[in-house]
Amino acid sequence: MPRRSTTNWLRLLALLLCVAPLPGRAAPRELLQLFVTAPYIELHTGPGRGYPVAQVVARGESVDVLYRRTEWFKVRTERGVEGWASEKSLETTTLADGSPFRFDHGDRRGFQSHRWEGGIFAGDYAGATLVEGFWARSITDNLKLELHAGQFLGNLSNGYVADLGLNHVFMPEWRLSPFVTLGTGFERTEPKATLVTPLNQNYQTAYAGAGARFYLTRRFFLRAEYRHHTVFTKSDANEVKQEWKIGFAFFY
Amino acid sequence: MENRIRVLLLASVMLLTSGCATLHKHMHWPWHRHAKAQTAQDADAAADAAAAAADAAPPPVVIEPQVERRKIKVPKIKAKNVELGAYFGELSAESYTAAPVVGVVFDYHVTEDFFFEAAAGRSKTGQTSFETLGGNVQLLTDDERRFTYYNLSLGYNFLPGEVFLGRNLAMTSGFYLLGGIGGTKFEGDQKFTVNFGAGFRVLPTDWLTIRIEAQDHVFKSDFLGTDRLRNNLAAHIGATVFF
Repeated sequence: MPRRSTTNWLRLLALLLCVAPLPGRAAPRELLQLFVTAPYIELHTGPGRGYPVAQVVARGESVDVLYRRTEWFKVRTERGVEGWASEKSLETTTLADGSPFRFDHGDRRGFQSHRWEGGIFAGDYAGATLVEGFWARSITDNLKLELHAGQFLGNLSNGYVADLGLNHVFMPEWRLSPFVTLGTGFERTEPKATLVTPLNQNYQTAYAGAGARFYLTRRFFLRAEYRHHTVFTKSDANEVKQEWKIGFAFFY
Repeated sequence: MENRIRVLLLASVMLLTSGCATLHKHMHWPWHRHAKAQTAQDADAAADAAAAAADAAPPPVVIEPQVERRKIKVPKIKAKNVELGAYFGELSAESYTAAPVVGVVFDYHVTEDFFFEAAAGRSKTGQTSFETLGGNVQLLTDDERRFTYYNLSLGYNFLPGEVFLGRNLAMTSGFYLLGGIGGTKFEGDQKFTVNFGAGFRVLPTDWLTIRIEAQDHVFKSDFLGTDRLRNNLAAHIGATVFF
């Protein structure tokens, strides 16, 4: 049995290597050309303020933007030299028609209006410790569709939870904004073995909850919430589970 | 069943409130009195402006501009914030002899300083000294000896710099700290695990990363007698690719 699982792991790794596209060999694509209007902009050797400045691009010259990593842009100068320019330095550049170059910042306005969110939660799920990751897609500034998936680890049982639901943020422009959430999900409980081997149980669940989000800085925010789960068991009465959690999240 | 109906009703209420909040930004509802007043003011201002325009004589057209403004199509800038890769190393589960570990890792860089990481790894631990000295004593089955873990961490990049290979090759590098939570399946049980560690990464090219990392996976367990925190140290080397 262990031998077979090792083989499966190796297969998965081989598959990943085959499927992964080879970087650096992408087909030529159209690049954004930006013109320097400040006296000069600095190009660093790496995508961070601590990396040394290796080149400067003077006013009137242009750069091609190859791609971005966090708040840094990999650019190529007219002479073919490549380097990393900061988001801040490119704020002073213009497009070919003379209009200023604009892009999405990770700031308070971005916190109000963004497309995606992701993060990590830690909490308590009916007495068990909860570890969870979440992903959300904004439908409007107020309404989000979100997916949570996690594991709970308790003294009597372990298990997995996955929830899909809607999240309504009341005042997305506020730094501390409350929200309500509602959805459905799935719960798998694996009771810990004692004398007899118990069976794993899979049930559908529904939840309603409320919480708040707090903007920290850049692209980060904190999120805390309570959820009231109803587990649709096979017995006559449904089971109720309470969940408390706090998370660290980002948006983009 | 009653619960499902309640859920359905609540869902529709939530959708409606979201819809109203969105519409509120774009239109004036009849019950907003100030909106009506504003409209009346706007109408007065427009009438004044029209009168002023009628007084002023239309400027004579000298040359009809024939120039069409160039339309610039702004190409999308590709974001390469995702790092995907695998690692190999040694894991020393407390009270057991060290054993090889393999794992996969997924990073998302949010800012130049912080990144999120999801990692999963697997090892098969050696024997405890009790088993080694006891001859045929086996505390665990082969399956229970498997140390499988995952974690969700937050990373912080610090001390960015460069490493030099000979006279002509410089590669960017940096240290990072990691801390997170996750789960470990070991000794026939799943345990809540806290992980923390540090690493050093070198980038031979902008898309390839070589990383050396040391991490401690801490969980509470009473399997070996008393209930206590157990530290499981791992050191590994890995390679990741930026997408």
